Amino acid sequence: MTSLVTAGARSRALMTPYAFLLPALVVTAAVILFPVLQTAWMSLHDFVLFRPRDVPFIGLGNFARMWDDEVFWISLGHSFLWIALVVGFQFLLGLGAALLLNESFWWRGIARSLIIVPWALPSVIIGLMWTWMYDFNVGVINDGLLRLGLISEPVAWLAQPDTAFYAVILALIWQGFPFFAVVVLAGLQTIPAELYEAAEIDGASRFQKLVYVTLPSISEVIATALLLRTIWVANSLDVILVMTGGGPGYATHTLPLYAFLKAYSGMEFGYGAALALVLTALLLVVVFIYVRRVARELSR
Amino acid sequence: MIERRSRLARIVQVEIPVLLIVLFALAPYAWMVITSFKPNEEIARWPVEYWPSAGTLQHYRDLLARTTFAGNLANSFIVAVGAVTVGLLVSVPAAYAFSRFRFRGRRFLMVQFLVVNMFPIVLIIIPLFVLMRMLGLLDTFLGVIAGHSTFAIPFSIWMMTSYMNAIPPELDEAAIMDGASRLQTIRLVILPIVMPGIVTTGIYIFVTSWNEYLFAMMLSGQNVRTVTVALQLFIGEFTVQWGLLTAGGTLVAIPVTILFLLVQRRLVGGLTAGAVKS
Repeated sequence: MTSLVTAGARSRALMTPYAFLLPALVVTAAVILFPVLQTAWMSLHDFVLFRPRDVPFIGLGNFARMWDDEVFWISLGHSFLWIALVVGFQFLLGLGAALLLNESFWWRGIARSLIIVPWALPSVIIGLMWTWMYDFNVGVINDGLLRLGLISEPVAWLAQPDTAFYAVILALIWQGFPFFAVVVLAGLQTIPAELYEAAEIDGASRFQKLVYVTLPSISEVIATALLLRTIWVANSLDVILVMTGGGPGYATHTLPLYAFLKAYSGMEFGYGAALALVLTALLLVVVFIYVRRVARELSR
Repeated sequence: MIERRSRLARIVQVEIPVLLIVLFALAPYAWMVITSFKPNEEIARWPVEYWPSAGTLQHYRDLLARTTFAGNLANSFIVAVGAVTVGLLVSVPAAYAFSRFRFRGRRFLMVQFLVVNMFPIVLIIIPLFVLMRMLGLLDTFLGVIAGHSTFAIPFSIWMMTSYMNAIPPELDEAAIMDGASRLQTIRLVILPIVMPGIVTTGIYIFVTSWNEYLFAMMLSGQNVRTVTVALQLFIGEFTVQWGLLTAGGTLVAIPVTILFLLVQRRLVGGLTAGAVKS
């Protein structure tokens, strides 16, 4: 009898952590994992929302269709360029800001807080404020560039295919550089001062200290931040959606945006799902590397 | 760095560049706020006038009286508070399990929550729309809250776990020695200590939900339309009424800016926990 009770108590004790985790597991399974599986299922079907009873299985038909879909290739190409430019410039600007904010001056605290503001804002607002600044007729960017003599007549930044893409990219760089600034700054603060002292004794110049002490010390931090940011930027579509809706033409289409537009406006859920899956598959490598790094931290 | 710069060198090499970066970070925001206080004829003036000669609250009055904006603000608030409640109720116990127990599958589950966080939202949103329609949850608070809280849960769990890990386990043990049950220990020992962490996580969920746009757009109709969705619709509807639009943008942006600045240090600590070795 007693052994039964203790056995029961012990198995209950073993179950306790799972009981605490149960709600989290159930909701994530229902709202995230189940939809992901459904996306996989949808991608193999010709699923159009307005004829829900007629969903023929078409195997890899959606993926085959992608191969011949010019817009898919345009969007894919844009996505690569988008990630490279947005993440690249966010990083450079963030690194510069962090190095500066690591120096001491009396209003450093305020500067560190203020620089984060773009990061807090909803993407709809970011889209709105930049669309307003890019405005053709009374936009402040045209006005400023005209006053500086950099352009001779107003430019329709968001309406021209060759400027729209880069105009949106600038807005995204603005939104995301604070992330890098903050992460790199946190990394800089962990560098022991002795390293700089030693470098100074060896007669290192300021630039040499940057290259031989600072950058190597924060390389791990930078790598993780770049991975994390690549995933976010690759997935992000809301600012583009607000600013251009993917246009003019396909000039600002990226892969997630194309998948979204296919599903939302085109109601072609099957094809949209297939596009979303291709995006995920491409990102999986990056996610894998990132997760492995964090999991390594976890087991230390 | 160690070596001292002269005062002039510091101003030229550090303070002026920092000032430029801060200006770059704030200028679009400031421009939106300034525009929202300009009378229409000044907004439409070319070349642009940078400072309003006479500020006006007309756009705010119009926005709140003539459009659905006040209702949308209320909707966003209800959704965000709902998401915070559900999100905390789910992620605090989960974090407790990760922090205080060593069990089979712990590492796998923690990593699972990390991976789930990285899924592109387009991957989830399409079937979620179908699912919510099937359940009759389209255009209901419950539907949007379920989505927003779930999107925030993985990250909240990670954040809460690191807060709980900071509490020495000896405190739990002492409480149990004194005859407290596990739930009493949680209520009387863990929760009071970890309260700042809970507040920070709650604010994180609030800001995420308040800012969220895609999911709310897919799932909400007229009944529960949130403020971000409404604003995006206004952009199409009131194309040239920049006074109205910037007033709306300002009203949406200010609460999150304040909340974010209040907790930024701790929030940033949580957000970058994975990236920076302690």
